[in-house]
Amino acid sequence: MKRARVAYAGAIHHATPGPSPDRVRLADGRLVGERDVVWLPPFEVGTVIALGLNYADHAKELAFSAQEEPLVFLKTASTLVGHRGTTRRPADVTFMHYECELAVVIGAPGRHIDRADAMAHVAGYTVANDYAIRDYLENWHRPNLRVKNRDGATAIGPWLVDAADIGAPPELALSTSINGTVVQRGNTRDLVFDIPRLVEYLSNFMTLSTGDVILTGTPEGVRDVAVGDEVVCEIEGLGRLVNTIVDDAAFGREAP
Amino acid sequence: MQTPPFDLVFAFAPYRLSGTVYGVAVGHGALLDELGQAAHAPPYRAPPKSVVLYVKPSNTFARPGDEIEAMADGTSLIVGAALAVVIGSAACRVTEHDALGHVAGYAVAADFTAPVLQHYRPQVRAKARDRSLALSTPVAAAAVGDAGDLAVRVAIDGHAAHRTTTGGTTRSIARLVSEVSDFITLAPGDLLLAGVAPGAPHAGPGAAVRIDIDAVGSLHVRIASASAPPESLSGLRT
Repeated sequence: MKRARVAYAGAIHHATPGPSPDRVRLADGRLVGERDVVWLPPFEVGTVIALGLNYADHAKELAFSAQEEPLVFLKTASTLVGHRGTTRRPADVTFMHYECELAVVIGAPGRHIDRADAMAHVAGYTVANDYAIRDYLENWHRPNLRVKNRDGATAIGPWLVDAADIGAPPELALSTSINGTVVQRGNTRDLVFDIPRLVEYLSNFMTLSTGDVILTGTPEGVRDVAVGDEVVCEIEGLGRLVNTIVDDAAFGREAP
Repeated sequence: MQTPPFDLVFAFAPYRLSGTVYGVAVGHGALLDELGQAAHAPPYRAPPKSVVLYVKPSNTFARPGDEIEAMADGTSLIVGAALAVVIGSAACRVTEHDALGHVAGYAVAADFTAPVLQHYRPQVRAKARDRSLALSTPVAAAAVGDAGDLAVRVAIDGHAAHRTTTGGTTRSIARLVSEVSDFITLAPGDLLLAGVAPGAPHAGPGAAVRIDIDAVGSLHVRIASASAPPESLSGLRT
């Protein structure tokens, strides 16, 4: 089953796919155009846990050697934006890139979860686009929040897809396109630390709760984006997450 | 909705916390002085230019009466005494001049961290431990006045363990709020932990920790005994 949360006509609704891709069905029975709703993150998001360098090819692309321990960082609510949202590119940066990622949503809470039991704690999956601005990278708590926790720079959605509908472990093709041209391709089977290992690692020191989400990292193929670009992250069986890059003026910021 | 952290309500707007907590890392000049040339060598290559932040997720909130989770192997934790800045109103791109107008109040935070030896990578495994953050009831900013140079005292099992101040930070509170608000819109009830001074003491299983910050309050919290079994939610497993 696929589920979304959307805002429509003054309220927030649970929604499911309509009879055609251009419509969604609200829980109250209304069928509405998918362009007529505001897409929100598809579930009540708890703690956002993100992975860096979790595809061997991407780590190589960034000239990092293999790690002994997952590279984990955390995100907060202000950085999240739903499907068809916009993300600001500051005028003064030279390299801002998308990162298409499989997002793993926790269902049953747990602590000290053995990797053999981990998949029972996964409620489902969605698509994330975890933007980064490399100009702001510094070597302190890298990737620092100025790079990775910017307002509206983590897109997520459109659908939360039940884990039961996806094979375990998920081996899903993922891709990113800019204005219709594919720029990034990968497959979630190539995760360095797979989902069971990540759940085991994290739950060793922190309780994972319902609605917590693990963004599992991105494969190679990151490129700079420009104002006006439509960036689409797509994962087989999960959906297409659309985001548009906007300029400072859209946020009332004059040029520096 | 997220549960408000700490189950704290207080007598001034925003009355409760949002559940989002940021902490300042590497925010004291003295720490960089201690690192010396190392701050210019790999992996750092240069001292930090922008504010360095970490996130305390909701599993870290110790509610009143909770004990801080001890390390399973009995290793001591770093007792991070910090001034917690409570955001009162949405703050985006606020100037240093206006920043304190967005600060509703202050609280005493005890931010417990597993020992770490590096500042290059985020320290999630050390800083996101269950029940590693305790907080006193916030006090209105007007009742505190200038929070930039308040005495901070840490006592462990009744013995003075560290004496410092809320000063010595690379950024004033106003500059911190201003700088963060350039890329994160701070929301009412968000917390900024303004940084742990170098020389923070360590405390082991069973220790009673008391932190006092002048004009802000006093926080008492105990670290669980190491023999306590880890929290288990296995009954909820499907």
